[in-house]
Amino acid sequence: MNEMIKMVVVLTVLASVAGGVLAAVNQGTASQIEAQQLQFVKGPAINNLMAGSANNPIEDRFKLTVGDVERSFFVGKFDGKPSTVAFESFAKGFGGDIGVMVAFNMETEKLKGAAVTIHSETPGLGANAKEKPDLVAQFSGLPVSEGVKVTKDGGQINAISGATITSRAVCDAVSKAMGTYQQIKPEIQQEIQKFGK
Amino acid sequence: MAKTIVQEFTKGLWQELPPFRLVLGLCPTLGVTTSMENGLGMGIATTFVLVGANLLISMLRSIIPAKVRIACFIIIIAAFVTIVELLMQAYTYPLYLKLGVFIPLIVVNCIVLGRAEAFAYKNNISRSMADGLGIGIGFTLSLGALGAVRELLGYGSITVWGDFSYNLLTNFPSFQPFTFMVQAPGAFIALGLMLCFINVVGSK
Repeated sequence: MNEMIKMVVVLTVLASVAGGVLAAVNQGTASQIEAQQLQFVKGPAINNLMAGSANNPIEDRFKLTVGDVERSFFVGKFDGKPSTVAFESFAKGFGGDIGVMVAFNMETEKLKGAAVTIHSETPGLGANAKEKPDLVAQFSGLPVSEGVKVTKDGGQINAISGATITSRAVCDAVSKAMGTYQQIKPEIQQEIQKFGK
Repeated sequence: MAKTIVQEFTKGLWQELPPFRLVLGLCPTLGVTTSMENGLGMGIATTFVLVGANLLISMLRSIIPAKVRIACFIIIIAAFVTIVELLMQAYTYPLYLKLGVFIPLIVVNCIVLGRAEAFAYKNNISRSMADGLGIGIGFTLSLGALGAVRELLGYGSITVWGDFSYNLLTNFPSFQPFTFMVQAPGAFIALGLMLCFINVVGSK
């Protein structure tokens, strides 16, 4: 009996201490990890979407809380006005979460473009969503509406052949981003004015 | 026949060199050695986990009950692996992206659990540290060597770290890289040749 109690106590203490240490390390590295992701993952996607902007969209960002989640928004200035805003949206793909950076033109109410940031899709099939422009190029210029779908589901986006689930997930992420955009548009407009000076 | 601390350390460098002499830890050995940088990065991450886990397990060996020791080892090892994963994300993000799933897989690396069970649980702290460090450095050098061979043949270059690299094509423009060596079958062939070489040298 004594041994039994010792086993339970040792395991519990060990697990709690490990949990505590991990929480501390997680907190300690969180901001550094965010900076690295901005530089290596989101950075290229944002620069790609905001090509030709007068400012540095990665520097000019603000945070808003949507629902329970805090999101980062990136502002692009074109023709002297901060007219474009981009943020990341997620959906479940074939091999895990897919992150899609979606940029909106606030003046024309149209999508400026979309770019895949993170994914764990099959190399050569689903991974082409990030590596080849065929899929994401179809999003630029679409009006902000109820959502986008692949042609197989009665929508307007041609899926990557052999990667329907991935294509669906990308559409899903873009649709979610559209929903979020419509939901918090006034807040975005308010924040974005601050970058107009 | 008790070994000295120095012997505990050096055995990991040759006698018990993990991938080549014991043929342990083959999953990362085959999986990540597409370049020297990847191999070294993976080796260093594993070394950190090995030394940390050996240290803690050796410290706690008198209070860990024998019946739940494996569970305790796994908790300790998993904690160290998660720390490594977070640190790599924070400071060497490109390398973290390249190594991908192999970093969390250190948890199930048989070398780490093997050293914990076979050595750290039975020996004092300084010997366990020496053992972990020796095995870890041996593992790092093995992965680095295998990575260097594969990268040299497959891409014609050797990348030690970041921009510190050498490209064969600058001196021998006629060299044709055979990409085969950096793909999965090339890993087996390179490992086989390496084992052959190590056995020939070792048998003398």
